Amino acid sequence: MAADHTHAVLQAVAEAGSRDETTSIVDWVCSAAVALLSLEGAGVSLMVDGELRGVAGVSDPGIALVQELHLSLGEGPCVGAWETRAPVIEGELSALGGVRWPMFAPAAVEQGVSAVFAFPMALGRIRIGVLVLYRERAGGLSADELAYGLVLAGVATNMVLSLQAGAPSDELHGMLAGEPPHWAEIHQATGILSVQLGVSLEEAFVRLRAHAFAQNLSLGDVASQIVNRRLRLAPA
Amino acid sequence: MTRERRVVEVFVELADTLVEDFDVVDFMHRLALRCVELLDCAEVGLLLADRSGSLQVIASSSERLDALDVLGCDDGPCIECYSRASAIASEDLLTDYDRWPSFAPLAVKKGFCSARAIPMRLRRQTVGALVMLRTQTGRLDREDTPLAQGLADIASIALLQERALSESHELVTQLEGALSSRVIIEQAKGILAEQARISLDAAFLRLRAHARANNLRLADVARGLIDGQLSTAILAETPVR
Repeated sequence: MAADHTHAVLQAVAEAGSRDETTSIVDWVCSAAVALLSLEGAGVSLMVDGELRGVAGVSDPGIALVQELHLSLGEGPCVGAWETRAPVIEGELSALGGVRWPMFAPAAVEQGVSAVFAFPMALGRIRIGVLVLYRERAGGLSADELAYGLVLAGVATNMVLSLQAGAPSDELHGMLAGEPPHWAEIHQATGILSVQLGVSLEEAFVRLRAHAFAQNLSLGDVASQIVNRRLRLAPA
Repeated sequence: MTRERRVVEVFVELADTLVEDFDVVDFMHRLALRCVELLDCAEVGLLLADRSGSLQVIASSSERLDALDVLGCDDGPCIECYSRASAIASEDLLTDYDRWPSFAPLAVKKGFCSARAIPMRLRRQTVGALVMLRTQTGRLDREDTPLAQGLADIASIALLQERALSESHELVTQLEGALSSRVIIEQAKGILAEQARISLDAAFLRLRAHARANNLRLADVARGLIDGQLSTAILAETPVR
């Protein structure tokens, strides 16, 4: 029953909070998800117009590498959950055979993740992001687990908006402002590239991503090289 | 189908609509139609007071100009109901020409014979009125009074919902703005650093100096540079303190 799931989720959130006070309330929701659904990790990504714009919380720092794959590869369940406004359930990443997420799937498997489940975070028609759950073992979600996922996404949405309500109108609430590593450099490098290549910011970002993938480097490392003037890209 | 059954059905339908894909204009129109059906009247109007206190029609059971004309009068059951914050009725409009010199004759001309209005309340405040126009004289069935009030209350709930939603929408807009701002500021630093051949720190100082000198937000200056409305040359002119 919905009430039971909500109760269990809130209890799990409170327990996560009591275990570690240094993290933010959105992190607690992610930790609660891990506890309730036996996950490898969970993360809350904030999106604007379908673009990843922030990470509001993670269950633990270790999951950051997998979280980053969405941004560095431009693929993954986040975009699907955003566009379809429905949960994306993929129980066996290694069995996709390049049909879905040809880059994301093998990279996630390499990070020890076999299944991903993404739940859109929305208020009616307005979307704010996606809650992504990562599991080590393959397999889908039972009806019960699906219900938990939906409730967790709803709670995460409320938490994010409640936090933002407490911030000055121009700024992000401190707890939502967590930046993945190299975050600033990635966007600075995008700006630099747009001038170097004479292209739009969107195109520059695609080129940045493509270069990282081709060189088998992380997005952050390439951005760092560009920002430190150790790398220039030429117009194709 | 018995009438009771139908009443229950209507309430369930309205409650469902409040939750699923809520659109206040659509909802109010649907409510007006159901009122006509359940309360045995010819036309129903829902009016809300605007900031200056004048009643505006937000929904009516039909587009028939007649009905809308009548609802826009300077006097009448809606105005009286709203200002007195209580239910108002006229069993025979022909006898109320003195009471409502603008509304009554016009309503009679359009074929309406009786009218009734119920206040719409939000918490302790009256925010508008639900008005029922009939083509027969006589009073509303005693049994229908609580039903009419119930429907008016649903209209009030819909308004509360709308307000709560628009506050949330505003929050989301702020969230999106804040998230986007920090990204474009970094992008602008990169653009300016590359165009002017200066360091990223120097680029940031230039952007900030320009923002301060022109009383702009940093994010707006960044947006201006990205959109090409602000050139590197202009930014280079601002003295950096």
